[in-house]
Amino acid sequence: MSKQELEKVAANGLINRRHLLGLGLAGMGTVASTSLLGADAGLNLEIPGWSKAPGANASGYGSRSRFTDDMQRMAGNPNPLYPGGGSSRSPLHQLHGSITPNSLHFERHHAGIPDIDPAQHKLVIHGLVRQPLVFSYEDLLRYPMVSKIYFLECSGNSGSLFGPNPADGSAQSLHGLVSGAEWTGIPLSTLLDEAGVYPEARWINAVGADAASMGRSIPLNRAMDDVMLALFQNGEPVRPGQGYPMRLFVPGCEGNISVKWLTQIKLTREPTHFRDETSKYTDTRLDRKSQQFTFPMGTKSVITAPSGQMKLERQGIYQVTGIAWSGRGSIRRVEVSADGGRTWADAMIDSHQSEKALARFRIPWQWSGGDAVLQSRATDSQGNVQPTRTSLVTEKGNISTYHFHGIQSWAVNTAGDVANVYA
Amino acid sequence: MFTLKKLLTASAVSASLVIGLSAVVQAQSLGIPINESQLQDFDLIAQPDGSGYPQGSGTAMQGKAIFERRCVACHGMTGEGTSANTRLVGGDMQSEERPIRTVGSYWPHASTLFDYVQRAMPADAPKSLTSDEVYQVIAYVLNLNGIIEDSLILNKETLMQVEMPNKDGFIDSSQAL
Ligand code: HEC
Repeated sequence: MSKQELEKVAANGLINRRHLLGLGLAGMGTVASTSLLGADAGLNLEIPGWSKAPGANASGYGSRSRFTDDMQRMAGNPNPLYPGGGSSRSPLHQLHGSITPNSLHFERHHAGIPDIDPAQHKLVIHGLVRQPLVFSYEDLLRYPMVSKIYFLECSGNSGSLFGPNPADGSAQSLHGLVSGAEWTGIPLSTLLDEAGVYPEARWINAVGADAASMGRSIPLNRAMDDVMLALFQNGEPVRPGQGYPMRLFVPGCEGNISVKWLTQIKLTREPTHFRDETSKYTDTRLDRKSQQFTFPMGTKSVITAPSGQMKLERQGIYQVTGIAWSGRGSIRRVEVSADGGRTWADAMIDSHQSEKALARFRIPWQWSGGDAVLQSRATDSQGNVQPTRTSLVTEKGNISTYHFHGIQSWAVNTAGDVANVYA
Repeated sequence: MFTLKKLLTASAVSASLVIGLSAVVQAQSLGIPINESQLQDFDLIAQPDGSGYPQGSGTAMQGKAIFERRCVACHGMTGEGTSANTRLVGGDMQSEERPIRTVGSYWPHASTLFDYVQRAMPADAPKSLTSDEVYQVIAYVLNLNGIIEDSLILNKETLMQVEMPNKDGFIDSSQAL
């Protein structure tokens, strides 16, 4: 198929997503245009050296190719005035699919990562229950478990986009506090039922075993819903940075309430009003009232390639790709624009998207060397549509910088440089 | 947890036996009963209604010395902070410009100050203060914010009565969909 036959579906080069389905554009990248040039006579293939000698032996624990060592989380420098505090961001621009490898899953710690011996760790459920209980790790492993794929996003992800000027950043530095994984654990309701919750209990108060003893209050009705005590992530025990040996997992909600290193659940009538649900993780509105316990993360998407700080080296066809998610349902639709939101085309997503999980979207785009502004807009199964940055900031103000879920704009200039802009 | 040996035996017998086993596990209750009194040193939760506070007391005057020894490196001599995250005093929620939000201007409950300092501060040695020292040092932080007198004896009862300037500034959105 020649370039001319590709069906344009929105202005500035967006091509019908069905061309992703092997209709002559299988290789994508710039292959489609270069393949028209015919074979390069100077390119004689030979058997490479690694095909002529036995390779490395099988190993007890796998490692990635040394050629991919540049894929790293972006972590801040240690700060002696905030011991163990900080975050590391997933390299969204280098990841594909909708599952984040555990070693690259984002992290946010308030007092470092504790080194917990599971044999010494205890989970206590007490307060307004018929029988306060303590559980060992070993016993918890014997309970019936469920496995679910969910996204996890820090409430502060993308927060710099509330600022008055666009930061010079990448998909990783601006939006890397989101990841996706399969979580396996025990429905929290199983354990709460075993302790026997009294009718007057309204909240659970969850506390971690880290040095900050991170605490968050969660309404009982939500805790009895799809919340789990997660013990495994992508099949292996939850890693220390994610709460080993166990964490709370509250699907669709701001990451901080999925308390890591979970050691205490106390049932009470009222929330505790922990520091991290009053001083932080609250949303002060323009009228100076502040919303507390704003849990679900908004309907959101971000193009991960091409994205900020990348450079398009050649004109031709690119696969625009990214991730979309919603704390209130599954992703039903992702549209992409190449002209700053004037015209939109539907991107390809798999038809059966899981609730509260990352959805991968893709659409071919022909860059002809001109200016472009790439945007993506997600719609979830509840009909929530991702808002523009302007409408979000106009509505919420920028006193608080949590829960940013506006549309990201990546400008491509004639030199092929991609940059974060407000459009 | 099964040992590897047991697992091997189980799988050697039959798949249906394994299914049968998990059905039995489902009905099992493996939590070990415990009394609230056994959790006294473990449960640090202190709520606005006065539940969860330990015995002890202190004044801002006593707290000043602790603050200067244990807190100033990160929070500054008078709580002005060494970063936006560590400022403990000042601010005004009604200011024309973007409000600065601190313990004094923003926090709705004094209980949060006790709860947080007891569980997480000083950040380089959390849980190293005695209950008296926590009462003392938070009395000093409240006093720096002009919320209590420097002679007030802060304890379980008086802490419950401390009114924070922004106590009506919050909206519970926990049931929003
Ligand atoms: C090693 C540095 C360090 C020391 C020492 C320290 N703090 Fe902190 N403090 C911090 C950091 C960092 C934060 C913010 C933590 C976070 O955001 O997770 C903080 C937060 C706080 C907060 C909450 C501020 C807010 O507005 O949310 C209070 C209150 C506090 N500290 C009190 C104290 C007291 C009282 C002491 C002395 C007993 C103390 N701190 C000693 C580093 C320190």
